[in-house]
Amino acid sequence: MPATTIYSAQKIITMNPSRPVATHVAVRDGRILGAGTLEELETWGDYTLDDRFKDKILMPGMVEGHAHTMEGTLWRNVYLGYFDRMDPDGKVWSGVKTIEAVLERLKEAEAQITDPEAPLPGWQLDPIYLNNVRVTRQQLDSVSSTRPIGIMHASGHILNVNTKALELAGLMKTGLNHPGIPLGPDGYPTGELKGPEVMTPVGPHVGYERALTDCDEQGLRDFGKLCVRTGVTTITDLAARLTDDSVSMMLRVTGEKTYPACVVPLRFFLGLAPKDLVAEVVRLKGMSTERLSLGRIKVVADGSIQGFSARLRWPGYHNGAENGLWYVAPEQLSEIYHLALEAGVQVHTHTNGDQATELAIDTLGPALLKHPRRDHRFTLQHCQLADAAQFRRMKELGMCVNLFANHHFYWGDEHYKLTVGPDRATRMNACRTALDTGVPMAIHSDAPVTPLGPLFTAWGAVTRRTASGRVQGEEERITVAEALWAVTLGAAYTLHMDGEVGSIETGKRADFAVLEQDPTEVEPEALKDIPVWGTVQGGRVFAAADL
Amino acid sequence: MTGEPLPVTVIGGYLGAGKTTMVNHLLRNAGGRRLAVLVNEFGELPIDEDLIEAEGDNLISIAGGCVCCSFGSDLTAALIQMAQMDPRPDHVVIESSGVAIPGAILLTVSLIDGFRPDGTVVLADAPQLRRAAVDPYIGDTILRQLRDANIVLMNKSDLLGETELEALDLWLADTAPQAARIPSIRGAVAIEAVLGLGAEPLASSAGGHADKLFDSIVLRPAAPVDCEALAARIAEGPYGVVRAKGYLRDRQGGVRLIHVAGNRWEVTPGPDDARPGLVCIGLREGFDGSALVALADSA
Ligand SMILES: [Zn+2]
Repeated sequence: MPATTIYSAQKIITMNPSRPVATHVAVRDGRILGAGTLEELETWGDYTLDDRFKDKILMPGMVEGHAHTMEGTLWRNVYLGYFDRMDPDGKVWSGVKTIEAVLERLKEAEAQITDPEAPLPGWQLDPIYLNNVRVTRQQLDSVSSTRPIGIMHASGHILNVNTKALELAGLMKTGLNHPGIPLGPDGYPTGELKGPEVMTPVGPHVGYERALTDCDEQGLRDFGKLCVRTGVTTITDLAARLTDDSVSMMLRVTGEKTYPACVVPLRFFLGLAPKDLVAEVVRLKGMSTERLSLGRIKVVADGSIQGFSARLRWPGYHNGAENGLWYVAPEQLSEIYHLALEAGVQVHTHTNGDQATELAIDTLGPALLKHPRRDHRFTLQHCQLADAAQFRRMKELGMCVNLFANHHFYWGDEHYKLTVGPDRATRMNACRTALDTGVPMAIHSDAPVTPLGPLFTAWGAVTRRTASGRVQGEEERITVAEALWAVTLGAAYTLHMDGEVGSIETGKRADFAVLEQDPTEVEPEALKDIPVWGTVQGGRVFAAADL
Repeated sequence: MTGEPLPVTVIGGYLGAGKTTMVNHLLRNAGGRRLAVLVNEFGELPIDEDLIEAEGDNLISIAGGCVCCSFGSDLTAALIQMAQMDPRPDHVVIESSGVAIPGAILLTVSLIDGFRPDGTVVLADAPQLRRAAVDPYIGDTILRQLRDANIVLMNKSDLLGETELEALDLWLADTAPQAARIPSIRGAVAIEAVLGLGAEPLASSAGGHADKLFDSIVLRPAAPVDCEALAARIAEGPYGVVRAKGYLRDRQGGVRLIHVAGNRWEVTPGPDDARPGLVCIGLREGFDGSALVALADSA
């Protein structure tokens, strides 16, 4: 008979409503035999008692329903964010608070590179927090004039480069006339490149390859380390191109005995006609393994709110900016929904603005009439501006939502002042309304847009604190218990995985987050600060300290 | 590789306006020009089967030296790849996605060395246009596309009565006053209007129905002219010119190459030995040849 291990713990939060709390959990074959008292679990026969977690709190391994594996790759670049952030090796990089500090950190990194022509890429610069002072080409030249340098902004939509990078891209000239390329008084570009269409010609020269959302092999491994450090055992890669090469790489890496997470890549919708897209995703689904779950589609309907490219309904942007952009035509969205419903393939749709959300709802209704499919769980990702009426319609149609709870902290003040104004900023990511309406809900980080960390995300939904410390939308706050549900079973539900993961109960995968403190006992404000010891994934123990 | 930059035309317009039909029409009537077509739709290369000579990975070659490929999100790489083909294409046509803003694509082209942004041609589904323009979801996208156009093709114009077409023409004149407007049926438009005039403008043919629709003239002013001022007037003035191309002596000395596409114009230095002559083409109705001659003589 296969071996059974019984773990004791200070407390086990199971998320199983029949037995919310336990002291022991028995694991066999990587799955949960049961949770309860030692006496109860002993009835299963021979076992080894493992006391290593006796002072720890176990909860279900957390499920991140919207992240991108590129976070793993980005950590090989220089971190230039405003907030402290932990890298895959557990080092916490302090946030840089001034342009001088940005340049200082780049110089330190520059001194480490031996090849004088190797590019120096930085990431996560956020001028919003630096009084909107821009980095100039000349400042970056002071770091190096021989190697190309490029700094990606936190938004992912602006790149600052030095003179060498512009030269390599053939853009170091006068007479350019493009709104995405501001010019200095000398008539040459300032080095700021705004928007993907002007970033892509330069990106490859500064270490940002064209297929930015794809991670590489080392990136995927590093991403796994971040999962262990944040208590995550199941994680999405929400806009993967899933070429043959990247699928075989992901199969290989996640198939390694020590890979610590189940990765769920969604096939990005562009590049294939809808019927080919659906057929391809059906094919990919058949290649799934226990640590690589394939077979879902990601559609992007609009842009971002802070980038003013999200599609808003009346009255539009608070600062009067023109309405945003569609990345899919309504007819194309409809065709994908119809074909996917017919084939039983799930679609997740990125809708930031409330008009994009409205389009998704308007489109799914008729598609469901044509292809009735119970339990489709089509999910709106971000869905940041949905109002109560939209949540009611989502409920009627059986849709799920994954709200961007981290946004309150990182951009809440901007939304209040600039993008959508006080009233709509208050209802953004309306977790309370979603739950009260009965819409199955998850919350997410969208890493690398904001740092991976479901306990932080839960904190964001519970407190709704902005970076300036205000509580924005107190009526939309949810309880700690609800937030913990959202980062486990809630997210698992949006992936049709709630039968396999998300709670500690008999038959499920032995996935635990191992915590140093009890999230249900600490002050809600301290939720984000709970230290994570590591995880157990599929019965395998991963200590963050040993990575 | 020749030194001449490769001209690039962006064909835009919402779904169903007939972009794909028009691209196939262009390929059929390329008149010896080697076209490279880049498609940014959903990955399907929309080329009529009888035109296809061979198919490869995301690349179709078409009889007569034309090719078609899909570029996904990476326009720059696709363009550079096109320019390196042997034989080199004469003209690149980018068929943009139904929700793309064509002017933004043309601006990107302007950043890449070795290419000349030739203009944006936006197709409108003539019978549907007014309704689509007030659609709460895509209305503003369609208006933005129209306002970006150098030339608007009122496609499927045969489905409208004469008065309806006139009303649409007036509405477009108001909505997209910068653009030259041409009616077309099943995308069958004079190739000169879309791709500009070829090396032998007078020998090239608009083909069939479109022939009767267009008129043209060659301007050969007696004295050197202010080429930039002339190009601007032709592009913006009431002469009914859709396209103009040719060499003229400039008052500053030397020869200039003039390109006009709707309201868009460009003047670049030309070789001293070029034969002077500026070919202007426009819809027969509204084309004012004698005013153009007078304009050139006074410029
Ligand atoms: Zn995302």
